[in-house]
Amino acid sequence: MGRTLAEKVWDDHVVRRADGEPDLLFIDLHLLHEVTSPQAFDGLRQAGRPVRRLDLTIATEDHNTPTLDIDKPIADPVSRAQLETLRKNCAEFGVRLHPLGDVEQGVVHVVGPQLGLTQPGTTVVCGDSHTSTHGAFGALAFGIGTSQVEHVLATQTLPLARPRTMAITVEGELPDSVTAKDLILAIIARIGTGGGQGYILEYRGSAIEKLSMEARMTICNMSIEAGARAGMIAPDETTFAYLKGRDHAPEGKDWDAAVEYWKTLRTDDDAVFDAEVVIDGASLAPFVTWGTNPGQGAPLSANVPDPASYEDASERHAAEKALEYMGLTAGQPLREIGVDTVFVGSCTNGRIEDLRNAASVLEGRKVADGVRMLVVPGSVRVALQAVEEGLDKVFTAAGAEWRHAGCSMCLGMNPDQLAPGERSASTSNRNFEGRQGKGGRTHLVSPQVAAATAVLGHLASPADLSDVRTPAGV
Amino acid sequence: MEAFTAHTGRAVPLRRSNVDTDQIIPAHWLKKVTRDGFEDGLFEAWRKDENFVLNRPERAGASVLVAGPDFGTGSSREHAVWALQNYGFKAVISSRFADIFRGNSLKNGLLTVVLDQKVVDRLWELSEADPTAEITVDLEKRQVLAEGVTADFELDENARWRLLNGLDDISLTLQNEADIATYEAARPSHKPRTIDA
Repeated sequence: MGRTLAEKVWDDHVVRRADGEPDLLFIDLHLLHEVTSPQAFDGLRQAGRPVRRLDLTIATEDHNTPTLDIDKPIADPVSRAQLETLRKNCAEFGVRLHPLGDVEQGVVHVVGPQLGLTQPGTTVVCGDSHTSTHGAFGALAFGIGTSQVEHVLATQTLPLARPRTMAITVEGELPDSVTAKDLILAIIARIGTGGGQGYILEYRGSAIEKLSMEARMTICNMSIEAGARAGMIAPDETTFAYLKGRDHAPEGKDWDAAVEYWKTLRTDDDAVFDAEVVIDGASLAPFVTWGTNPGQGAPLSANVPDPASYEDASERHAAEKALEYMGLTAGQPLREIGVDTVFVGSCTNGRIEDLRNAASVLEGRKVADGVRMLVVPGSVRVALQAVEEGLDKVFTAAGAEWRHAGCSMCLGMNPDQLAPGERSASTSNRNFEGRQGKGGRTHLVSPQVAAATAVLGHLASPADLSDVRTPAGV
Repeated sequence: MEAFTAHTGRAVPLRRSNVDTDQIIPAHWLKKVTRDGFEDGLFEAWRKDENFVLNRPERAGASVLVAGPDFGTGSSREHAVWALQNYGFKAVISSRFADIFRGNSLKNGLLTVVLDQKVVDRLWELSEADPTAEITVDLEKRQVLAEGVTADFELDENARWRLLNGLDDISLTLQNEADIATYEAARPSHKPRTIDA
């Protein structure tokens, strides 16, 4: 019987397989950041163990880093201490680090792909649940806890039970107004935050094949929000073209050998998935969340749902709690929800294509009075590219704030936070209670919807804007 | 890791689904670089409400958390497990756990037990009616016991063996050094490297 993409990559990394034991899997790439690594390095130190494969390990700073005044000492002493701990650990153990101020610094899931380190058929781990992002390249990539970070540092392997596989097949043509973010929010709303639990998802079908690498990363990034271990997309010419020439992409004969291997990384025709979900891409529309988990979403044209409409008691209860926290009433049109803050950035939507998409909507328009808009590039490289294209000027001319790279308001570990009761339209990945700041209320949206929302001051798509573009030069 | 064989304690019934790790321990607590001292951050936002179940005097000293479905979703932060343990929880019962949280819990000796939602409902009712009611989680027998409740649970044999013996995963893996070295020697040269080694 044939094998799925996930099974092929898994099989290629089995170091040891024995009855009654989880498979011991080799890890090709280990990404580190400051938040989930200190206790792991401490463990190594206590046991007197070195990092086994420094050449498969790389670190950057992203969660705590400020997006303003990065040349000054970090104001929060606890954040500063955590960054200093990472620097000390990397120096002591010899790990390559891109700290704040370095040209390769940025959100770890933006940095790996842009350096060409994320490659098809590799296993990628990081102490961060959004490691699923790297699955866009046909890598098997998943988030791990700190104990596992220590395990990988010490052994370059992980003992793991093989998950089941689920196909998410998206056929048909996505309407022009529908982005990768809308698609993944719709998928999560369909299968639920636990729908992918125990599975590796494979996104496939004609609509997926047409997506750019940036869009594929947005999709795979949020696999975890459906509860999945990982999400993958089979590598193809789009993948190879993205990788060719990047710093760590193979060269010469190695490139040819790699591509030959990468081309085998497709689910066989006779392979069987443990589950399959089929989505009609043509039926989709811009999608936003109204609740406090990423599965509580609806098309922008819909109304806030009535909790009483849920048959399942626990879903009904969750919807009631969510509306209470979000300060919304059942039946209220989503388009009428006003926002205070718009955040464009994160490992979900902080890449160059995302910034281009937001800028194309904002060009010649102004952020509404009373709305604060933050644009936070996913990495320094993304920021430099955006400046070269003049996108920063588009944002600042519109009245948005152009910031330095990092995780920023996605989780508010740095000063970029919502105040209690403040409401955001955010291109990030989690609308959990308090995620963007204590008492903050988050609506997850695409970069295009974020930009249109900034202009109108309420949740909106670019189609709602047709008559408000200020002519150039005015 | 601390070994886990069996534990008996009073319960905290947490009637909420989709409790994500941001609720269990908010992000600002993640700046700490130790594995302890997270108890005050556990469910920090909800604990501001004096009626939140964890704040009720009758729940003081309870050590078994009985939670709604999809417990531990979201961020991979192992701090969520440490916060539960630092607070004094020894076991968490739910009808469904998020994968990463589950893995983290079992690596730290916090036993996460999957039971049918009907049994979870029974445990909620029992504990709400009588806060002094005790729940026993027996890993050797793979069984949860409480007044009127005897429920078997599943846990894969390897994870159970590691927990029962409090085994250190890294030492176990390093016993397979020869297998790792053999695998490494056969890796193709086109695989990425972060530095020249």
